[in-house]
Amino acid sequence: MNSIFAKRRARLLAMKAMRDNYIPGDKLITCPKCGQESERRLVAQGLSVCPKCGYHWPIGAYYRLSTILDPGSFRELHPRLSAGDPLHFPGYQEKLDAAQHKTGLTEAVVTATGTIGGSRCVVGVLDSRFLMGSMSAAVGEKVTLAIEFAAKNKLPLILFSASGGARMQEGILSLMQMAKTSAALARFSNKGLLYISVLTDPTTGGVTASFASLGDIILAEPGALIGFAGPRVIQQTIGETLPEGFQRAEYQEAHGFVDAVVPREKMRDTLSQLLRLHEKGGRHE
Amino acid sequence: MNNSLTAAERVNIARHPQRPNISDYIGALFTDFFEQKGDRLCGEDAAILGGVALYHGRPVTVIGTRKGKTLEENLMCNFGMPNPEGYRKALRLMKQAEKFRRPIFTFIDTSGAYPGLEAEARGQGEAIARNLMEMSRLTVPVIAVITGEGNSGGALALAVADRVLMLENAVYAILSPEGFASILWKDAQRRDEACGLMKLTAPDLLELGVIDDVIPEPEGGAHLAPAVAMRQVDRCLTRHLAELDKESGKSLAASRYQKFRRLGAPASQKEEG
Repeated sequence: MNSIFAKRRARLLAMKAMRDNYIPGDKLITCPKCGQESERRLVAQGLSVCPKCGYHWPIGAYYRLSTILDPGSFRELHPRLSAGDPLHFPGYQEKLDAAQHKTGLTEAVVTATGTIGGSRCVVGVLDSRFLMGSMSAAVGEKVTLAIEFAAKNKLPLILFSASGGARMQEGILSLMQMAKTSAALARFSNKGLLYISVLTDPTTGGVTASFASLGDIILAEPGALIGFAGPRVIQQTIGETLPEGFQRAEYQEAHGFVDAVVPREKMRDTLSQLLRLHEKGGRHE
Repeated sequence: MNNSLTAAERVNIARHPQRPNISDYIGALFTDFFEQKGDRLCGEDAAILGGVALYHGRPVTVIGTRKGKTLEENLMCNFGMPNPEGYRKALRLMKQAEKFRRPIFTFIDTSGAYPGLEAEARGQGEAIARNLMEMSRLTVPVIAVITGEGNSGGALALAVADRVLMLENAVYAILSPEGFASILWKDAQRRDEACGLMKLTAPDLLELGVIDDVIPEPEGGAHLAPAVAMRQVDRCLTRHLAELDKESGKSLAASRYQKFRRLGAPASQKEEG
C-alpha cells in the first residue's frame, strides 16, 4: 500500500518539478554571467547551472525540492494556503491571480516534509518567480506553520530563501511576518532542534532580516545576492559605486555571516551530512 | 483625538523637526538616566540611545532611536538611522534588563535602518533578525512607543513588545511612503497617494490590531505643547506597565508570542488542507 502512495507522490513531485524546470524558447540559452551560450537540455540536466562558468540560475520551488528530497518522500504541507488582500489594495488580487497562473504556485513558498538521505525533515522553499518571493502574510503563515510542525514533531528544519523582501501590497502586515517567523524560530530553537537556512539568489529585505539569518547553520548558493538593503538603494545612499562581489554569497562568507557556500550539485549531500551529524544530538547533559 | 487629519498630514507632523525626540522623553519622564554605550563587539552607534533610569522611582531600561533637531545633531546621530552596532547595543541592554528584572521601554522614531555599505558588511539583516527573535522571548515587560516615524525592520527591531503604543500623529509602516511609491509605481511623487493606501496612521493600525493603544496629542502635534504630550505618554505608560506587572515573566513571553503569532492570520481562512 505504502509504496503505491510513495510512487504516486514521487510522480506528482516529478510532474511539478518538470513544469518548474521547463524553459521555453530556443535550443540555446545565454548565461547572464559569462554571456556564453549553452544547450538548454544540458543546463536543465545540470540543475540549471551554467556548464561554462558555474552560474546558478534561480529555480522553482518544486524543482528545488525534487533535487534534494528522496524520491517518493515528498508530502506538501498546507498546499492551499494562499494570500488574502488584507488592506484591500487596488490591483493586488489581479497580481496574485496572474502570479498563480504563471507559476502554478498558490504562494511564494512551498513547504513540505520528506527525507534527505533517509533523514526525515521539514523543508520550505521560497520561489522568486512568484512576486519576487516577497513576504505576504500567507508566506509568513506558511513558514510559521512549517516551523511549528517541525517543533511539534521534533524534526529538523531547512528553509531555502529567495526573496526581494516585503510584499508592498500587504504593508505593515508584511512587516509583522518578520516578528512572527523569528518568534516561532525562538520557540523551535528552545527545543534543541536544528534549523538550516539556505540562502539563494536573491535573499534580501525582510527575509534576510528575519528567518533567513537565524539558522544554526547558514549555507548559500554560489554568487547569490544576500543583504538587507538592495544594492541600488545603497548606491543611492552613499553615492559611490559598490565593490565587485559586494553582498554576494562569497562576500557574506568572508564577513562571517555564512558557514559555507555550497554549489547546487553538492547541496543534497551536504544537507544529508548535516542532518546525520545532528541526528543523535550531543551526549552532554 | 483629531480625526480630520489625512494620513499625509500626519506624516508631516511625525517628521516635524521640532517633534520631541528621545532626549526629550528621557528628560521629561525619567530621572537618574545613565547612558550605556557600545555593543561590546566592535562599536558604538549614536543613532540609538540607551541606558538605565528611574521611572517614578523604579529602575527601568530605556532605549530609543535618536534623531537630532539641528543639522549638527543629526549628523552626529546619522539622522536616526541605526547601524548593526546600534541594534546589537539595544539587544545587550535588553538582555541586561532581563538579568536585573527591569521593565524595558523603547521609543521609536526612525526612517529605517541605515542602508550603507558598512552596515551591510557588518550584518544589518542579521542584527535586526536577532533582535526580533530575542525580544520575543524576554521575560520582563517590554513597552514600545512609536513617537514619530517607525519605518521598516529598522523600527520593528525595537518593537517586538507586550504593548506597542503610538502617538496620535506617529506613523508606522513597511517603509517610507516615498519609498513605497517608488517601488510600486516607480514614482516617489505619488507619496500622498501611497500614504492613503498604506494604513500607516495610529487609528488604522489600532483597527488592524498591529498596535495596542493610541496616545492623544495636543492639537496640531506634540511639538506645539510638549509638556502636555509628555503627560499623556506618562499616563499611558504607567497604565500599561501596571497591567503587565500582574503577569509573570513566563506568561509575558507567552502572550507576546501569541500577540505576534496572530498577525496576518486572515490568510488561514482560505485554508482547506
